[in-house]
Amino acid sequence: KENADPQRTAFLLRKQWALYSVTPLYRFSNAHLRAYARLLSAFIAAEKQKGLAVEVGVELDIKVAVSSLPDLRGSEQDQAAILVQLSLRSSTSKKKSEEKLVWSGCFCCVFGDDLSEKIPQDFTCLPLFLTNGAESYTSIVGSWFQKTFDCSFRRLAISPLNLSWMAAMWTGCKVDKLTTATELVFSVSCLPQPLDISYAIHPEDAKALWDTVQKTPGEITQEEVDVFMDCLYSHFHRHFKIHLSATKLVKVSTAIASAHCDGIIKFLQSQYLTGVLMLLTELAISHIQ
Amino acid sequence: HLATSLPLPSERDHLRPRIDLIVFMIDIKSKYSLKNVEASLAYVDASFFLGKVCFLVTGVGRVNYCSVEINAIWKLGEDYCSPVLFCELELEAIRVATAQRLLRMLQICAGHVTGVSALSFGSLMRNSADD
Repeated sequence: KENADPQRTAFLLRKQWALYSVTPLYRFSNAHLRAYARLLSAFIAAEKQKGLAVEVGVELDIKVAVSSLPDLRGSEQDQAAILVQLSLRSSTSKKKSEEKLVWSGCFCCVFGDDLSEKIPQDFTCLPLFLTNGAESYTSIVGSWFQKTFDCSFRRLAISPLNLSWMAAMWTGCKVDKLTTATELVFSVSCLPQPLDISYAIHPEDAKALWDTVQKTPGEITQEEVDVFMDCLYSHFHRHFKIHLSATKLVKVSTAIASAHCDGIIKFLQSQYLTGVLMLLTELAISHIQ
Repeated sequence: HLATSLPLPSERDHLRPRIDLIVFMIDIKSKYSLKNVEASLAYVDASFFLGKVCFLVTGVGRVNYCSVEINAIWKLGEDYCSPVLFCELELEAIRVATAQRLLRMLQICAGHVTGVSALSFGSLMRNSADD
């Protein structure tokens, strides 16, 4: 059921998010978010003192905000998402208008029953972590969470197998205006100079192909994904005599979202946000187990 | 003898020694290698599938590079009644151990080990994999 307020989750759209899997958090509580913000703020200030400064501006304070996003979840069993935001503010000015958001991190769980059902009472299940902003902030925030809640973060890489699922799944989604081409990027690493091959397909052609392959609407099988990809590969081979199946699929871009094998995602349609997050949650959970 | 696909070129048929074991190598990072093996299997005489064929899956160390579904490979092993071995070529210890395994299998298939035939060994390997 779509009860998510698109306004509240709009901040996720059209930004590049780095993906991490997170093990369950020990003794995390929604009631203490303001305290967490204060503690994290103090931690960042201490790191800054130690000389691990992240921004050159000496006069700048980092303000931390931790909030709960009850709209960002799959079912009622899921933990509400937690949003951490770091803003820069000049120490001399207390005006809110002069704050600049520099880093965002979002812990979420969309239909994560597979994991949440198995963990003990004191643990909170938020297996997917999305970050936007400098890597240095990510590692400071990550260290604090690791120390405070005894969890661990791992970069969530996406295998070519999973990327082809995304390509098939997202191509099949109904979108009002199909203006974005479906693009697949392949990397050929065995050559002296690594080569990147970009294969762009007209979105209507891609959707038409997927529609002939998919037998049951709403269901996707590995076989259907294989047939879909094989059709694209043989079409390419006919024209260019290159076997894309011998290369590594590294990036998939569609009108719904784009995903990179290094664990980077960009959400483009609010309508399908939950669907993509559900898939990423599943990947994060299998990454942890 | 190493070949990129089957059938082998017919010009050298008369010079070729007897083939005792065929190891089909599938790179888990390359869908193409699976398709290539599937196409090559059609050129193998049925008698080889009585213990003289095995599938070697390489590149299994890096899960993030996986382009081939493992179930598809298991099914291939089942369909052709042949064992499936996994290895990571980049790690020397595993490379050496796998080579020794294949060499042992080859000795059995060539009939150099008394009391063990290729067929009995093949079914032994398959049964232990099922467990």
